[in-house]
Amino acid sequence: MKSPRTIAALVLLGGILAAYVAFPIFGQGPLDRFIPDYVLGLDLAGGAHLTYRIDTTTVAPEDVTDAVASLRDAIERRVNFMGVSEPIVQVASSAGEQRLIVELAGIKDINQAIQQIGATPYLEFRVPMMIPGEGATSTPQEVYVPSALTGRYLKRARIEYQQQTQSPQVGLILNDEGAKIFEELTTQYVGQRIAIYLDGAPVSIPTVNEPITGGQAVITGNFTIEEANALVRSLNAGALPLNVELIGQQTVQSTLGERALSDTFRAGIVGVIAVMLFMLLYYRLPGLVAVLALCIYISLSLVIFKLLPVTLTAAAMTGFILSVGMAVDANVLIFERTKEELRLGKTIKGSVEEGFHRAWSSIRDSNTSSIITSTILYYFGTSFVKGFALTLGIGVLVSMFSAIVVTRMFLRAVQLNETDRMRVLMGDKSKK
Amino acid sequence: MEIVKNRNIYFAVAAILMIVSLGAIVLYGLKLGIDYTGGSILEIEYSITRPDRQVIESATTEKGIEGATVQPTGDAGFLIRTRTLTEVEHQALLSSIVAASGEGNVKELRFDTIGPTIGRELKQKSLTAIAIAVIAILCYIAFAFRKVSYKISSWVYAGAAIIALAHDILIPTGVFAVLGHFYGVEIDVLFVSALLTVLGFSIHDTIVVFDRVRENLLRYPSLAFDAVVERSIKETIARSINTSLTTVLVLVAVFFFGGSTVKYFSLALILGISFGTYSSIFVASPLLVTWMTWKQRRSS
Repeated sequence: MKSPRTIAALVLLGGILAAYVAFPIFGQGPLDRFIPDYVLGLDLAGGAHLTYRIDTTTVAPEDVTDAVASLRDAIERRVNFMGVSEPIVQVASSAGEQRLIVELAGIKDINQAIQQIGATPYLEFRVPMMIPGEGATSTPQEVYVPSALTGRYLKRARIEYQQQTQSPQVGLILNDEGAKIFEELTTQYVGQRIAIYLDGAPVSIPTVNEPITGGQAVITGNFTIEEANALVRSLNAGALPLNVELIGQQTVQSTLGERALSDTFRAGIVGVIAVMLFMLLYYRLPGLVAVLALCIYISLSLVIFKLLPVTLTAAAMTGFILSVGMAVDANVLIFERTKEELRLGKTIKGSVEEGFHRAWSSIRDSNTSSIITSTILYYFGTSFVKGFALTLGIGVLVSMFSAIVVTRMFLRAVQLNETDRMRVLMGDKSKK
Repeated sequence: MEIVKNRNIYFAVAAILMIVSLGAIVLYGLKLGIDYTGGSILEIEYSITRPDRQVIESATTEKGIEGATVQPTGDAGFLIRTRTLTEVEHQALLSSIVAASGEGNVKELRFDTIGPTIGRELKQKSLTAIAIAVIAILCYIAFAFRKVSYKISSWVYAGAAIIALAHDILIPTGVFAVLGHFYGVEIDVLFVSALLTVLGFSIHDTIVVFDRVRENLLRYPSLAFDAVVERSIKETIARSINTSLTTVLVLVAVFFFGGSTVKYFSLALILGISFGTYSSIFVASPLLVTWMTWKQRRSS
C-alpha cells in the first residue's frame, strides 16, 4: 500500500486540478478552451422566462400532440431570430393544460421579444353556424365558429394582386392535409361564407362559390402593399397552429442580474471565510485539515456544477453556500468524537480513527435526512427552488466524500506524535 | 448548567414562543406572495431622483390598475405590486411611470407576473411537498428508532421529535406573520423550501441526542434516567451547537450580503435552524424525562 503522504499528495493534486477548472481567474491557460463556462440562471444573467397557456380546444384530442409540437417549432423559429444564445422553448403539461415555456437568457429588449412572439399570427378558418336569436320572436343569427382548418396546415403565404383592381391580397397555400380539409369545408359550405380570422378577428369573409381543390385560398381585405407584405412575412415566419396566451412572465434586466450575481458571490466568500476561521480557531490542527478539505470540496462541487451543468440562480448559489456550512458538519461530528476519545485517555492515532469510525452513523443519518428533503424539493419545486435543491443535494453528497475521505487522508499524512503539544493541537483541553 | 433539572423553564420558553407565534399567525394571517395568489411585481429604479410614492400610485390608478401597493426598495427603487397584469397593461403602466418621472430618469429592473392558474398550482404543489416531506420525515423517524425500545418505547422518541419539529416550524412562521404584517414580507415558494430544509436539518440534531441517550442507557444501567439524559445532552451539546453554528454563519453572510432575492429565504433558514438547535437540546430530550417521570408516577 502506498504511504499516507503519497495518497494525500495525490488528493491535493486532484484538488488543485479541480480548482483550476472551477475558477476562471487562473487565466488564459492552454486548457481553458476545454473548460465550459458556468450556466447562469435568468435572475443572474438577466433575461425573460415566459409561460404561455396553449389553447388546445381547437384541435381533436388525438391531434393535440402533433399540433403542440409544431407550435413549439414555430415559436422556436421566431425565437432563434432574436440573437439569444441557447434559447429554451419547451412544452410542459401542468394542471391539465399544455404550456409553453420560453426562456431567453441575456436578452436585451425583453418587451420587443414578447411582442414578436405574440405577434406571430394565429390563422384560422371559421365556418357559419346559425344560433337562435335572443327572445322568442327575433330571427336566428349567423355566427362563425372555429373549424378544423388552422395555420398549422399552412405551407406558405405570398402576396398577390387582384386581376381587375390590382389591389394587393394575400395568397395562402395549404399543405396536402390542409388542402383536403379545405376541400371538405368548401364542399360543405357551398353558397355560404367562410371567414378567415387572424388572431381572433375576421379579416376576410369570402363566399364559397364552388368546392375548392388544390389547397389555395386568398385573403382579400383592404390591404395596403405594406400591410399585405407584413402579413405574408409573419405568416411565413410561422403561423401558429394553436392559440397561446401569456400567463406568467419573469423578466430581469441584466443590470439587476449582475448586481445579484456579485451579491451572492460576496456572500459566499464572506460565509466561507467565516466558516474557515471558526474551524481553525475552534478545532486547531484538525480544523486546518478541515479547511483544506473544504477548499477541495468547494472546487469539486463547482466543477460538477460546470460539467453537468447546473443552472446557477441566486437560490442555487444560496443552496451551495448553505452546503458549505453543512459540509463541515461531518468534520465537527468527527472531531468532537475524537476529542471525547482523547479525554478518555486513548492515543491520538487511536482517537482519530475511533472518531471517524463512530461518527459515521451520525453523518450518514444527517445526510440522509437532508437528501430526503432536497429530493422532495427538487420534484415539487419551481425551477428556482429546483436549483436550490440540486446544489444542496450535490453539496451533501460531495461533502460526504470531502469531509470523510479527504480529511482522513490528510490527517493520516500528518505525523501525529504522541506528545502533549500534539494533544493540545488536537483539541484535548486537559493538557493545557 | 443543569438542563434536565431546569427543563420546565426551557419548556416554558418554547411554549410561550409557540403560543405567541400561533397568535401572530391567527391575528395577522400569512401574507402570501404572488407565487401563490397570482399577481404582478414591477421593480423600477431611478437614476437621478426618486419621486414620492404618490407619483407612482397615481400613475397606476391612472391606468385603471386599482389596489396596487408601492414600496420603496434600496436607495433609488420602488417595488410595485399589483393584480395580474397583461403585457399590454404592463407596457401602459411603464410608459405612464416614465411620463410621470421624466425620460431617462427611471428604468425597469424586473417584472414578474404570475397568472392565477399558476398561483393555484404552486400552492397545490407546495402543499403536496409539505405533506410528502412530513410523511417522509415520519418514516425516517420510524426507521431511525425501529430497534430502540430499551426502557423507553420508540413511540416516545418519535413523539418528542415531532413536538420539537412543530416548534421549529411554528416559530419562523410566526416571525414571518409579524414581518408580513409590519414590513410586507411575503410567504413565497422559497419560504416553504426553507421550512422543508429546516425539517431535514433539525430532525437530525434531535436524533443525534436520542442516539446518545440510547447508547448511554445501555452503558450506564445503574444511572437514573434523568442523569443519563443529562449526560447525553452534555456529551452532544458541542456538536449540536457547532454544526448549527457553521451553517448559521454562512446563512448570516447570505442575509447581509446576498441581495434582496434571498434575504428572507436565508432569514427563514437561520430562524428554523437556530430554533431547531434549541429544541433538540432543551425540548426534545428533556421531554423524554418528563414522560418517564409521568409514567413512573402513574404506575406507582
